[in-house]
Amino acid sequence: MTGVAVHLDGLRRTFGAVQALDDLDLSIEPGELVALLGPSGCGKTTALRILAGLEEVTAGRVLVGGKDVTRLPANKRGMGMVFQAYSLFPHLSALQNVEFGLRLRSLRQTSAKAREMLALVGLENEATRYPHQLSGGQQQRVALARALAIEPQVLLLDEPLSALDAKVRVQLRDEIRRIQTEVGTTTLFVTHDQEEALAIADRVGVMRAGRLEQLATPSEVYLRPATAFVADFVGLSNRLPGTVTGGTVEVLGHRLPLVTPHTGGAVTALIRPEAIEAVPDPDSAARVLTSSFLGSLSRVTVAVDDHLVVAQVPSGRLPELAPGTPVRITIQPVAVALE
Amino acid sequence: MARVIFRWTVLTVMGVFFLLPLVAMVEFSTRDPRTWPLLVDWPRLSAEYPALAEGILASLAQAALTSVLMLVLLVPTAVWVRLRLPGLRRLVEFLCLLPLTIPAIVLVVGLAPVYAWVNYLIGGSSLTLVFAYTILVLPYAYRAIDTGLSAIDVKTLAEAARSLGAGWTTVIWRVVLPNIRSAVLSAAFLTVALVLGEFTIASLLHRTNLQVAIEYLGKSSATVSVAVSLAALLLAFVLLLVLSLAGSSKKGKTS
Repeated sequence: MTGVAVHLDGLRRTFGAVQALDDLDLSIEPGELVALLGPSGCGKTTALRILAGLEEVTAGRVLVGGKDVTRLPANKRGMGMVFQAYSLFPHLSALQNVEFGLRLRSLRQTSAKAREMLALVGLENEATRYPHQLSGGQQQRVALARALAIEPQVLLLDEPLSALDAKVRVQLRDEIRRIQTEVGTTTLFVTHDQEEALAIADRVGVMRAGRLEQLATPSEVYLRPATAFVADFVGLSNRLPGTVTGGTVEVLGHRLPLVTPHTGGAVTALIRPEAIEAVPDPDSAARVLTSSFLGSLSRVTVAVDDHLVVAQVPSGRLPELAPGTPVRITIQPVAVALE
Repeated sequence: MARVIFRWTVLTVMGVFFLLPLVAMVEFSTRDPRTWPLLVDWPRLSAEYPALAEGILASLAQAALTSVLMLVLLVPTAVWVRLRLPGLRRLVEFLCLLPLTIPAIVLVVGLAPVYAWVNYLIGGSSLTLVFAYTILVLPYAYRAIDTGLSAIDVKTLAEAARSLGAGWTTVIWRVVLPNIRSAVLSAAFLTVALVLGEFTIASLLHRTNLQVAIEYLGKSSATVSVAVSLAALLLAFVLLLVLSLAGSSKKGKTS
């Protein structure tokens, strides 16, 4: 199975007065996994459904493997899809569900192929079970096996993990990545969970109001957010006042580089909690307000002048940062985005 | 204690109210010991009462054809409305419930000119009543099928099947229908029960069916007429019992 390139070219989609997609351009390389990330109503699911052929476009083109499929019905597109809602056919067993698409194509040895796919998702022993006898995670794995069985040109995953509990979600997320890398199918993954998108994707597309704000590798999206919206949506950010002079911004007495150049003046800088360090200092006027334990890492909120600054610290240091402790704030010189 | 007495009094009165006519029918139809054996001896029945035999066959054929026509019309319509035209759901439901509010006699007045054309184009066979009966059963059948569709996520299942390469016929035949089987059975049984008990339209449009035949027979052989009525009633009871059993077994499976 080899992947094909996908191009969404100037896609527009309106629902009455609502503009769900506004000139969306997106290119996915063969075999690549791109995650579309964004808040509810940003158009990410609409983009995926248009690629699947389940939604019509108002304007624009969909190219798969260089072929224009914009007007092709969903059943002729050869796309494998896993839905947010459990979509297994309730009257068919796990094996029969996986065989469904194969039988429609009148392929030989459908049973053997379906069993192979169930083995790929680790459910070869559950072949005779019906959907209501499977857990949510198992159902989504069968749905993944069913989507991959037809050897799709493109695999479409529409928030497939959102109905699952946290532990299963992480397991299945890693498994999806493993399988996708193994079979090499070009994949579009839609999610509103930033951690999921950053963990699974080759590139992450952050969407807002029907447009792509940034399309880049997970580390770039996280460390060098192109816009304030991306910085704010992906990860937690402190909003701190600063002054731009000579291509850098000064925040709380620290001079920091900028992600994008700015003409100068008073600005609001967006700084990640992990770029901020809090060290006990009896001479400092800054005080720890609250601290929260989050596992291996913890967060402390520090009052500096009139501002609240959230810093991320190793949990081992939490005892020395009790509320009321005077602390000194230092900011690492990583590039920051401005609001 | 007073509540228990009240409950049993109500139940007894209701039971007597419903059972007394049936008991009277049993008593009346068994006065002649040859009556009931005749009902299970088809060759003799059709030889002695050809009009009744014709009515029974006509009603059975009407029931079967009405069920088929109703399903062919309603299932794809209900699925399509859910998938593509959800805004029209209220309107379709209203249209399907309309026959419930129109008395049969009024329906016949409206249908008479239509059936004049039906007579002219395809003849006066009693099977042409199937068209009128399909309209008559719409309220019951639509409700049954719509309830069945509400129990499954039609949209997601249809989209999953479409993405796997299924055309619309395959979606309805291989994905939707198997999952609303008990709803389809309910709709079909209700249709059969309704068609077997229909008299007004058949009589006024001068077609024959079981009830029309029973009514004619009542004038010449009251015992057989009552026995056949009772048998038809029992058949309807059995159908409704099967229907409720099908419904409860489905509930057991999904819980």
